[in-house]
Formats: sequence, structure tokens, C-alpha cells
Amino acid sequence: MEILHVKVWRGAEQGAFQNFEVPRHESQTVLDVVTHIQRHLDASLAYRFACRVGMCGSCAMTVNGVARWTCRTHVDAVAKGGALEVAPLGHLPVIRDLVTDMAPFFDKWARARGQFQGARSRHDDFARIAPDDPQRRQVDAGIECIGCGVCYASCDLVSWNPAYLGPAALNRAWTLACDARDVATRERLRAVGGDAGCHACHTQMGCTERCPKKLSPTAGIAGLKRALARAALKGTL
Amino acid sequence: MNARGEALLWLTQRMSAAVLAFCVLVHLVTVIVAVQGGLSAAEILGRTRGNVAGLVFYTTFVMAAAVHAPIGLRATLGEWLGWRGASRDIALVLFAVLLAGLGLRAVAGVFGGAA
Amino acid sequence: MRRNDLRARRHPAYGAFLVHRLSGILLALFLPVHFWALSQSLQGAAQFDRFLVWTAAPAVKFAEWGIVALLAAHLAGGLRLLALEFLPWRDWQKSLAAAAAALALAVGLAFALAL
Repeated sequence: MEILHVKVWRGAEQGAFQNFEVPRHESQTVLDVVTHIQRHLDASLAYRFACRVGMCGSCAMTVNGVARWTCRTHVDAVAKGGALEVAPLGHLPVIRDLVTDMAPFFDKWARARGQFQGARSRHDDFARIAPDDPQRRQVDAGIECIGCGVCYASCDLVSWNPAYLGPAALNRAWTLACDARDVATRERLRAVGGDAGCHACHTQMGCTERCPKKLSPTAGIAGLKRALARAALKGTL
Repeated sequence: MNARGEALLWLTQRMSAAVLAFCVLVHLVTVIVAVQGGLSAAEILGRTRGNVAGLVFYTTFVMAAAVHAPIGLRATLGEWLGWRGASRDIALVLFAVLLAGLGLRAVAGVFGGAA
Repeated sequence: MRRNDLRARRHPAYGAFLVHRLSGILLALFLPVHFWALSQSLQGAAQFDRFLVWTAAPAVKFAEWGIVALLAAHLAGGLRLLALEFLPWRDWQKSLAAAAAALALAVGLAFALAL
């Protein structure tokens, strides 16, 4: 029986890594490992998960220094020499052990005006958007975000610039900016410009590299930069 | 700074970058060619003094650099040294003036004078 | 809150960012010195010649090569950035980083050979 040597973060902002020995199995995921620890070794371990099949993003944690979905991370892919380090997702306040407070992440989503605002009511006809419309294609490329926070944790600018809205919020803002039905473009562009906005992105591309849904916030942020430049020149900001 | 200000800074940085890309390529080729067979003041100044095209080119080069370098440093100062706010912007404007001043003085020295 | 360490930064685009930023900082520091040195020519050809003799020293030649390498690296990284920000791309961005590195290397070599 092979043994995995697992270090797991215990505590909150102050704390330490605790060592566990977990039996290794075929096709084992990191979430399996964490679950084993909580069920059989230490019931006081706090962690989050929901679907455990790679759809909800709740199980995002830092595995060997890299932000990942633990249910979609096979132990074989990451355990070098039979060792694993599991820590809470980066750049977010730690509530306890592997559980982070996602509130700042979603607060920034709201500050980036990541909410759709339409002008039609139920009494109007449907909006007509062709599926191959180039703007719609841009939206489609970024719409699948489920707000898991992996990109946010993977971006150094989030830690270097505390007010930075971050890749997920900006990606969502971009999908809305490209949505022909949305009418809040001007306010949204104002919200995503400025020190804490899209111009703080320096194309490190940690977000694009790590997004489990293979989205590219970098591309969306580049789009926002172009849109802002155009608006600034036209005086429509 | 507000969205409009940041957007214009970003645009200025990209435009000066495009100008510099061209100028740097020309400059590098010129330097590599000039360095063949050693350098001497007489050689260099003989070719440059009174050269109007060179004067225009290098003045453009200096001004683009004087714009590009401070804007580029702005983000780094904020993110790595935590230096933000008006004092950072004032310091960077002074740096731009220093670059432009020294640069134009150099250009005058190398390209000025009668042919 | 947890911050990233080296393990999170080991991907090509991060390397490209770091090279671009560090080369930019070093160039911004070098540029005023470069301008000042050139304006020595204002004193006349004799002063410039003495200065050129100094530049023949191996340490100086190495520094000059270093500056050219930095310039080439920064330019290549900048071109990559302009491509990423203005052109529609999806999956070939990693090739861009490689192309930028190759370009920088080529220019550095050309200058080294010329020296």
C-alpha cells in the first residue's frame, strides 16, 4: 500500500501545515485525499466542495503552490515523490483551514458592474442576436465563468494592487460590454477603468493559464483596454 | 486617476511604444553598422553634424522615450514599492523632463552645428 | 491571505512579463547616463575621443552589449504585448513569447559579433 505524505494548512491567517499519511489509490483526486483526512483522520478539518465532478468550482484550493479544482486534480499529476501540499485558495481571507471568504471576490465583481442591465421589459419582443455575430462570439468565449476564484488566486496583481478588480470580474464586465442588449456600457467602462481596473493587468496570464474552464480573461481585459481607449478618445467616458 | 486618465495614459504608452519600436530598430542597425571597424569621434561627428534627417529622427526618438519610460515606471513604482498618488506622478513628470532635457542636449551636441 | 510563490509563476507568460519589466527598469536607469555621455561630445571631438577610448575597455564593452540585449529583450516583449492587446489570438500566445525571446537573442548576438 503506497502512502501519500500530505501537508494540510490548519488555522486561519495564523496557522501551520499539519502532516497526514493517506493511502494512495488509482485515479485518486486531491479532493479524495482531503475527504479521506476529514472522514478518517481528523474530523475537525474544514473544507468546501459540492458537485465533486468539475462543474461548480467550490473545491478550488492551492495544491503544491498552484490554484486548482481539487476534484479535477489527479494525485498522479501533482504528487512529486509521493508528497502533496494543500492550502486554501490564495488572495482571499482564510476563515478556517482550507475555507476562504469569497466575499471580496464577489464584491469586486459587483464593483466592476458585472450585472446585466437591459432596457426591455416582458412586454417587448425578444432581442435578436445572430449566433455568428462577432460581438456575440466574444461574449460566448467568456460567458462560462462560474466564479470559482482560481484566476483571482493566480494573479500576482491581485496581491500587488489590493484594489485591483481581478480577472474574473473584468472578464464578466467584458462579456457584458459586448452584449448588445446591455445598456450600462458607459458606467461599466468607467467602473473598470482607473487604477484598480483593467489597466492594472500586465498580461502575466496566470488567469488564462489556470482557468479550469479554459477561458481567457487576458483577452477580455485586452478588449476592455481597447474599448476604454476608444471611449476616452471619443469623449463618451 | 479616473478611467479616462488611465485610458489616455495606456494609449499614450502604446503609441510611444510603436514609435520607439521603429526608432529602436533603426538605431540598433545604425549602431551595429557604425561599430564595425572601431569608433572615433571624428568619424561619428563627421557623419552626424548638420545632418537634418538625423536631427529629426533622434529628436523624435528622445521625446518618445521621455514619454514612454516614466509611464512604464509608474505601474512598477505602485505595485512593487507601494508608491501611489500625486507624489508619484509629480516625480515621474520631473523624470520625463530630465530625460527630455538630457536627451535633447545630447541630440544638439551630436547633430547640431554646420555640415 | 495566502500569496503566490515561485510554483505559481512557472509559466512562459510570467517569464515574459518579468523580463519585460526588469529590462524596462534597467533601461530607464541607463537612459539618462547614455544621454549624459553623448552630450560630452558638446565639449568637442577631443573630449569625445577620450570618452570613446574609455568605451573600448572590456567591462564597458560587456555593459554595452548588456544594454543592447536589454533593449532587444524589452522591444521583443513589447511587440508581444502589442500583439496580445490588439490582435485576435487564442492559442498561439505561447509561441509569441518564444518568438520574442528568439528575436531578442538574435539582436544580442548580432551586436556581440559586431563588437
